[in-house]
Amino acid sequence: MKLSLTPEQTAAVEGARAFARARLHPRVTEFEERGVPKELVRELGDAGLLGALVGDEWGGRPLDPVTWGLVTEEIGKVCCNTRYILTVHASIVAGTLARWGSAAQKSEWLPRLARGEALAAFALSEPDVGSDAASVRTCYEKTDDGFILRGAKRWTSLGALADVFLVIARDANGENGRAVTAFLVPRQLAGVRVEPIRGMMAARGSHIAELHFDNVKLSRADAVGRPGAGFTYVTSTALDLGRYSVAWSAVAVAQAAIEAMVSYALRREQFGRPLQDFQLVKAMVGDAVTDTHAARALCLHAGELRRAADPEAIMATNVAKQFAARVATRTTAAALQLHGANGLSSDYDVERLFREARVLEIIEGSTQIQQLLLGDYGLQTYARATGYP
Amino acid sequence: MATISSVRKFIQGNVLAQKQNVTLSDDDDIFRLGFVNSMMALKLVTFIEKEFNIKVADDELDISTFSTISQIRQFLQRKLGNPIES
Ligand SMILES: Cc1cc2nc3c(=O)[nH]c(=O)nc-3n(C[C@H](O)[C@H](O)[C@H](O)COP(=O)(O)OP(=O)(O)OC[C@H]3O[C@@H](n4cnc5c(N)ncnc54)[C@H](O)[C@@H]3O)c2cc1C
Repeated sequence: MKLSLTPEQTAAVEGARAFARARLHPRVTEFEERGVPKELVRELGDAGLLGALVGDEWGGRPLDPVTWGLVTEEIGKVCCNTRYILTVHASIVAGTLARWGSAAQKSEWLPRLARGEALAAFALSEPDVGSDAASVRTCYEKTDDGFILRGAKRWTSLGALADVFLVIARDANGENGRAVTAFLVPRQLAGVRVEPIRGMMAARGSHIAELHFDNVKLSRADAVGRPGAGFTYVTSTALDLGRYSVAWSAVAVAQAAIEAMVSYALRREQFGRPLQDFQLVKAMVGDAVTDTHAARALCLHAGELRRAADPEAIMATNVAKQFAARVATRTTAAALQLHGANGLSSDYDVERLFREARVLEIIEGSTQIQQLLLGDYGLQTYARATGYP
Repeated sequence: MATISSVRKFIQGNVLAQKQNVTLSDDDDIFRLGFVNSMMALKLVTFIEKEFNIKVADDELDISTFSTISQIRQFLQRKLGNPIES
């Protein structure tokens, strides 16, 4: 796909590609086995890969959404575990804070997040709360000078390594218990306990953790946005930023799978011919290319709308995420199939890509939740075209 | 020029299909009536920012601020310092 990028955009994308090749590719297996190291966060910061959503005034290196998406693709193609840092730390937390943080929160955290001096994680999901995210049970009580936080979060990516968490909690005494607030919770506060989660099929190097908040004392200044607006605006912003990042991550995984397919089809011979000669193999490659190009086009469309601050960007991002995540699943499955038994071996990238793709249909709104949402969107958008009401 | 009727039109054009034949008055709470979900709420803020060329600040982010057309109008009048036309 030919894109007309400015020299600055091209430099950012090529910089990310060079970083991925030199600093990530040789360490992919090490990261899977031991987790991404803390030094990597600093290295990503030094390379300007963490400040894309942070303004210059806070020490960021802002990138427009399209370039940020293309950078995410470059990193995600090579190392999904590192890409979680771009999704969670640089997109979800830094981006949400840049949007809704107070001046004090911005000056305290954004420069450190952009430089990679502190690592941030996003804690929404809980042991008993996933898709129905508005029903979080982690709760807070107001005190004279702040809040007391209690509850547990689960599946927090980077949680075991992070220095600060963006935690979504409900008002224990609020109207119908529905008032939700977002808090910045530094890890070193008394009452914060982190338990790494092991045995994951994918995201093995992403320090996924369960977090416990046992009567953690927070100040008023730790709330992000006005208390009560934490779901409708703060969480929605975080999820929107996350979805955009995950959509590009899915394109990244699908693209990596295509390249693995092509490499294998050219070299592997059966029946005295390379696999690439067989029409059914060509069909697999052709479908993968069509799907992946279409997914990337949807991501670019969402990126352009985001750049224009168009309200339609939110739905375009959902469309891109839902499509790209499914493309990642079927393209990595095809790539694995094309590799035969080798596809199941960790000697080949497709084994890892297949596992990583599975995550993308679950996080940031599962495929089913996206289908429901986009179904409503379709009914709402095209109802008038049918002459209704 | 941006007017409150553009906000009204935006909300009416973005409500769930099941609610499209319901007329919204200026004091109806769009959240309580189930007209919008949180994604729509964010879309509404983005629309208002673009339409009126403003940036909603973190301390203005109250659920009530954008819950009715009248509240949105009052918010815009405070923010822009002049009356907003119908
Ligand atoms: C690798 C990984 C990293 C993650 N990182 C984070 C993180 O950093 N922060 C965080 O907060 N969370 C994180 N999560 C959690 C993730 O956001 C949730 O897994 C996701 O929201 C889905 O919730 P659930 O797993 O509880 O599934 P559930 O909500 O229990 O859903 C189970 C199944 O039911 C389906 N389903 C649910 N409701 C409906 C419905 N109404 N209609 C039809 N089908 C439905 C779902 O699609 C799914 O297939 C992570 C998860 C993974 C796997």
